[in-house]
Amino acid sequence: MTTVSWSSEPGTSRGPEPFLSVRDLSVRFSTEDGVVHAVDGLSFDVEKGTTLGIVGESGSGKSVTNLTILGLHDPAHTEVDGEIWLEDQELVGAGASTLEKLRGNRVAMIFQDPLTSLSPFHTIGRQIGEVYRKHKGASKKEARDRAIEMLERVGIPQPATRVDHYPHEFSGGMRQRAMIAMALVCDPDLLIADEPTTALDVTVQAQILDLLKDLQQQFGTTIILITHDLGVVANTADNVLVMYAGRAAERGTVREVLSKPSHPYTWGLLSSMPRLTSSVDVPLVPVRGTPPSLLNRPAGCAFHPRCDFPQLVGSDLCFTQRPDISPENGHGDACYLTLQQKRDIRTGDTKEQA
Amino acid sequence: MTSFLVRRILGAIVILILISLITFYLFYALPRDPARAFCGKICRPETLTLIRHNLGMDEPLFVQYWHWLSGIFMGREFTQFGACPAPCLGYSFATQEPVFSAIVDRFPVTLSLTLGASVVILSFGILTGMLAAWKVGQPLDKIASSTSVIGASLQIYFVGPLVVFAVVDTLGLLPRPSYVPFTEDPLTWFVHLLIPWVVLSIIFTANYTRMTRSQMLEQLAEDYVRTARAKGMSGRSVFFRFAWRGAMIPIITIFGVDLATLLGGAIITEQTFTLHGIGELAVRAVQNTDLPMLLGVTVVGAAAIVFLNIVVDVLYAFIDPRVRLS
Repeated sequence: MTTVSWSSEPGTSRGPEPFLSVRDLSVRFSTEDGVVHAVDGLSFDVEKGTTLGIVGESGSGKSVTNLTILGLHDPAHTEVDGEIWLEDQELVGAGASTLEKLRGNRVAMIFQDPLTSLSPFHTIGRQIGEVYRKHKGASKKEARDRAIEMLERVGIPQPATRVDHYPHEFSGGMRQRAMIAMALVCDPDLLIADEPTTALDVTVQAQILDLLKDLQQQFGTTIILITHDLGVVANTADNVLVMYAGRAAERGTVREVLSKPSHPYTWGLLSSMPRLTSSVDVPLVPVRGTPPSLLNRPAGCAFHPRCDFPQLVGSDLCFTQRPDISPENGHGDACYLTLQQKRDIRTGDTKEQA
Repeated sequence: MTSFLVRRILGAIVILILISLITFYLFYALPRDPARAFCGKICRPETLTLIRHNLGMDEPLFVQYWHWLSGIFMGREFTQFGACPAPCLGYSFATQEPVFSAIVDRFPVTLSLTLGASVVILSFGILTGMLAAWKVGQPLDKIASSTSVIGASLQIYFVGPLVVFAVVDTLGLLPRPSYVPFTEDPLTWFVHLLIPWVVLSIIFTANYTRMTRSQMLEQLAEDYVRTARAKGMSGRSVFFRFAWRGAMIPIITIFGVDLATLLGGAIITEQTFTLHGIGELAVRAVQNTDLPMLLGVTVVGAAAIVFLNIVVDVLYAFIDPRVRLS
């Protein structure tokens, strides 16, 4: 597994040039109660043909980030700063027509709940076909044939009949497959999947994830998978980005982050997961506290109210200054604890669990 | 679809029978005695008995009702008037004219008024509502919303004569509202009903503007609209092709109810513009304690409303594929 490079300048990294590059992204919503800082200084890269898993609680900013990539926020109430580079195309400053041409074409998105995310008034074939017609200028017949082809590709039985059915006539798993078919109809380079399996049961979840992996292998699609489920990440992703309160807490390859996590938040996430191998009597250790309000964020490190270790850091840095991700390349985290301290805490935890 | 229609029509018949029963009962619950009214100031008991007999009022209530009900399906024999073919709604106590033909004569007037107004109200209301939603927050939206509120607060018996005075008498732009049969001259029919239509729409449109606007805004916030945008559909396509269908469903529901209001309000509208429709018949029937006419008008009006509601239900199935009419 190649280590990912996270240099600050796209194209000047030691490794291959990243396919998608997010630099210092900041997204603020003006609401009645004040300004919500949904994303605050986020940077990450995604290599072509890989899968990045973005993990975080509700309110961590993961969905907002991805909606920002496509420019789907209401411009009247949203302020976006920073840069998003899709190869050589900058997205934050791009105009509406540029973004329209990209959406569904080079960059496609699938959403969490396929029942509400598909139009109940149009047939599946029509909904898949219209993307194809819009971006490739196809005729109705061509679009319909393409829709049938896509339905077959995602494993929907009897595609020639089902293409004329409405979304409410499909089961949950089938609907999600149909949505994937709709997203892939123009062979996008980047697929953003926003919690695609959260609304499905576990067996269907496995099928959908397998489908995504197969499609990536066949077509080399780059995938960003947003989820709150670390199991999904372990199964499907190559690299992980852990988000907290609109910022990156930790990032690296799946192996690095899940077997040698280095941020207290990641420790908390991992220890709050039930394991098949652990004893039934051992209680789950949730991360104490609740996610911070994005209106009034705590000063310094956003995680410090819920962290057990700020006292180990000599000064009161945790409470005053926001930590940046370090090291810049490879497996990095935003925490003031030293490597040695982290190692000690980690082994201490492992001892407790065993 | 057929089973749905059959069930609805059967249900409609039950409703209409119920309505006729209630009207019948209410009529006799009123203190005013029609026979007495026709008798005149100096009323001899023999005349009274004769009148009662002629009106069929000396028979028990349920027999009278049965005569009336069966007359609709099978026709009736009247000693006074001879045979009355089905559907027979009897003869007016007051004018002696056959109720059915009286209603049939005037029905087109009320229908033209109601349906024409409906078309204007719906098209104007939905259009302005969509415009307000399209330009939400901008001056056009605010203007549309506030004028619609003013419009909704007006009363037809106030605005109607005012508009007639301004447009017909003062400016001479349009002829005085009257009814010219559509079959005779469509253009004149249209021009002569324009003022009542416009006045009615000033009052009713407001509701539709506001509703369309809020429904459109709600639909635009729905997940599937977000998906459409994520697919690269243009703003206009998203607005007009995707959002409006969901928005129309509650609007059609409300319209089904408003149709009944429009039809019922025909009474006032027809008085305001002196149009000789069913509303006028209804008013006169009450004033004259004219049972057959009253029953006839009520049942026909109710039948129209029920029928139009069935049409609305069928319309649902066309707009929303999730609706199964089973």
